[in-house]
Amino acid sequence: MKRIVRNSKVRDFHQARWNEPIIFELSRKGERGVLVPKAEADIVKQVGDGLSKIPSKMRRNGLPNLPEINQKRVLMHYLRLSQETLGGDVNIEIGQGTCTVKYNPKINDKIANNEKMTALHPLQDKSTVQGILEIIYKTDLMMREISGMKYFSFQPGGGSQATMSMASIVRMYHRLRGEEDKRDEIITTVYSHPSDAAAPALKGYKIITIMTDENGQPDYEAFKAAVSERTAAFVVANPEDTGIFNPRIKEFTDLITKAGGLNCYDQANANGLFGIARAKEAGFHMCYFNLHKSFGTPHGCGGPGSGALGVIEELRDYLPKPLVEFDGDKYFLDYDLKNSIGKVKSFQGSPQVVLKAYAWIMSLGAEGLYEVAKIASLNNIYLINKLLEYKGLTVPYKVDTQRIEQARYTMEEITKDTGITSGDLARRIMDFGMHIWSSHHPYYIPEPLTLEPTETPSKDDLDEYIKTIHHIFDEAYENPEIIHNAPHNSTIHQVDETSLDDPEKWCPTWRVYLRKTKED
Amino acid sequence: MTIRGFKNHPYIPNSNLEVQQEMLREIGLESLDDLHVEIPEELKLKKALNLPKAFESEYELKRSINKIMNKNISSNEYINFLGAGCWQHYVPAVCDEINSRAEFLTGYAGEPYNDHGRFQTLFEYESLVAELLDMDVVNVPTFDWAQAAATSLRMASRITRRSEALVVGTICPDRLMIIQNYCDPGVEIKLIDFNKKTGRMDLEDLKKNISNNTAAVYFENPSYLGFLEDQGEAISKITHDRGAILVVGVDPSSLGVLAPPSHYGADIICGDLQPLGMHMNYGGNQSGFISTKDEERFVMEFPSRLFGIAPTIKEGEYGFGDIAYERTSFGNLREKGKEYVGTQTALLGITAGVYLSLMGPKGMYELGENIVQKSLYAIEELSKLKGVKGSRFNNIGFKEFVVDFNHTGKTVEEINEELLVKGIFGGKDLSEEFPELGQCALYCVTEIHLKEDIDNLVKAIREIIE
Repeated sequence: MKRIVRNSKVRDFHQARWNEPIIFELSRKGERGVLVPKAEADIVKQVGDGLSKIPSKMRRNGLPNLPEINQKRVLMHYLRLSQETLGGDVNIEIGQGTCTVKYNPKINDKIANNEKMTALHPLQDKSTVQGILEIIYKTDLMMREISGMKYFSFQPGGGSQATMSMASIVRMYHRLRGEEDKRDEIITTVYSHPSDAAAPALKGYKIITIMTDENGQPDYEAFKAAVSERTAAFVVANPEDTGIFNPRIKEFTDLITKAGGLNCYDQANANGLFGIARAKEAGFHMCYFNLHKSFGTPHGCGGPGSGALGVIEELRDYLPKPLVEFDGDKYFLDYDLKNSIGKVKSFQGSPQVVLKAYAWIMSLGAEGLYEVAKIASLNNIYLINKLLEYKGLTVPYKVDTQRIEQARYTMEEITKDTGITSGDLARRIMDFGMHIWSSHHPYYIPEPLTLEPTETPSKDDLDEYIKTIHHIFDEAYENPEIIHNAPHNSTIHQVDETSLDDPEKWCPTWRVYLRKTKED
Repeated sequence: MTIRGFKNHPYIPNSNLEVQQEMLREIGLESLDDLHVEIPEELKLKKALNLPKAFESEYELKRSINKIMNKNISSNEYINFLGAGCWQHYVPAVCDEINSRAEFLTGYAGEPYNDHGRFQTLFEYESLVAELLDMDVVNVPTFDWAQAAATSLRMASRITRRSEALVVGTICPDRLMIIQNYCDPGVEIKLIDFNKKTGRMDLEDLKKNISNNTAAVYFENPSYLGFLEDQGEAISKITHDRGAILVVGVDPSSLGVLAPPSHYGADIICGDLQPLGMHMNYGGNQSGFISTKDEERFVMEFPSRLFGIAPTIKEGEYGFGDIAYERTSFGNLREKGKEYVGTQTALLGITAGVYLSLMGPKGMYELGENIVQKSLYAIEELSKLKGVKGSRFNNIGFKEFVVDFNHTGKTVEEINEELLVKGIFGGKDLSEEFPELGQCALYCVTEIHLKEDIDNLVKAIREIIE
């Protein structure tokens, strides 16, 4: 047998295509997926069927219209659907910029799937949960060192909930100073995450969005003009989603502090900064980290995650309660936070995610975290350099500004030359077993791509990614039809999205689909 | 002092020095120090972070963390009667199998083409929960029940353009705190009284407080204190007569046997998915759902993603996509979006779908029947104890019930301390949350409890109080 030659430019990939029915279509009357325990005979003898004691208007008439499927068929269904999902473990996940999809070490999942974690009730006596409380407390100590903040709450379940919590603290802070009505504006920047505008807006603030100057940095003059006695806070990401770091950040935060506002740091893009720069030195009063991004815990198709929220000493009492504390002997829950915003998520947030983040940090230590930041940045600069060798692709604003952990690119020129958009690229790259996220709304940068390699890919992985993008760009100039008609090797063909925005036609569930597609 | 990294770390392939040098050369840099030039010197840390030393092997890491976690006593080692928002149910093995599949576990916001499976599983989750609720639209999950309830009230406020919500006084105080923070400012929350004997909502108080500024009325079935609120239709009428929206919270594990709130007038239903195939995880697996009718005025007020089914260009093929994406904060709206959307608890939605597929209609019915029978048995047996009333409320319940210890001469705290010594987690002490109930505890009985567990509990309490 001849050896296989591995010098192809791109991967020969085809995703699983099972043509798997919708779960309801698998139903066969009488089949069971699992048997559930029944009440023992002695109990039934004593209390009867129990249900007849429930008033008839509170009882369900007939059974819910769930499918009836045997266990193997349920398993086969979901395993097939898992094969039709390109998780971070399966592909070179660089195209999901702003989300820091890195390797999630398997050992951390194993540790967290132990009964000593999974079978803990949140209201158990504190003496029986000393282990998990110790983990939360020790993670808090490490977060303090990484950020320079003084206390952390792990209650928020993700970054957007942490942003909302920061905005809640801002409101409570000014309320208790009698300035709630006066301070009704929050300033953010255009390339901060959409939730940095949306969550403070929910908390009733007028949002002022600062655009960028010609260097891609938040316009300092516009910012200065926006700061006033009405400013409640500044909510910002740095580096922003463009990957550009604002070197004047301290001047920004100083202005806000002087004006009596609070500085809130969205650290969703913290991966390139570990051990290099911190929230405290940049003048922030609060910050949060996404443990499911920067700290290597899995994203779970969109949660559960954790938005670890840190504050300076003066704001400790505003945090959601309770906090985990240690009296030198025992770990306990401290509810005594007199200015607390109350609660933002049930119980202690997502402790299993905190446990995985703890394991991740303990696998790396200070040296490893520094290495993460350096290699994530190295990988990013390498990727930018190699991708920009291709005509028609560029990064907006000053090209020679060193991006940190990711970059937002623009395909504007290729689109002009060939008609191929970033949405087209997102479909075509699927044919090579990769993914590009198409959502960077609003499109301030035309035809955007946001690529974030993180420290996870090897040089070989990066080179494969670069070759694949270049291959598709070649196609754009030589054979654009193949891109227009993509994907070709996916589970499905192009979706006809016209019905999704039409109330007469949209089908959010199977029952609605059956109703709306019924033939008369 | 130069900070030096950790070389050749298994999670960081390019920490390999040779490869690193090659990459640096190719991009025209000399060393890793040449990176981060955009960060001003005064912001740069000049010394290494003061963190514990990293473990040098996976084995040492595992051993150390297991040693810490072994200080916990799990609810499988002791008999657990705690509920109050997080419930111990049996999790079928297939749920764990799918929940831990790497493709789902490490998936994120892929497109319909590379993540067809993720879109389909979430569409199916929405569809399965819709059947359980007998409603049309279900969202991709929120953070938890409290978040789902808070968002439901905000949705109602936007639909009615009113700024007040009336919430039943028996609500879980922690859930109330979350709702209050989320609705502040914009929607004022007022509590409605309840009947101290039955727990039911005080309809006179509701009538007194409802006004043309009421956006929504909210109650739960079963209530936080376990009993059933059987006045759904009356509450619905009072609510709708004033042009307000009825929001009902529900425990989905009850719906194999109990009428879904859509049958007594709920416009929006919310609740928690945790009972549907999720381990307790010290409260870390709570996951909220919101459900409405398929009407534009409701659908357009969801802040969450809604995955809908759509045709592809190939006849006979299903695809999926976001319904009305532009209404979310991911769309073009940012600060004008409906609340906000981000990472919440999608994996738990997928898992709930697996659970409902396995259980089917019969499984959900048997689960409900089992829980009702066992909790009735527990109430009857506890009532045989001197000074104990198995159920404080003169009203039937589901899964949870308030046990009255006021006439035992002992506090709940004392009883729970002694139960702990006997290897039992007693019910949640309500004396702080509901001081008017005195020494009462909220007990939870599910399908995981065998007769011998309940008998052991009763025997243990007898020894403590008699």
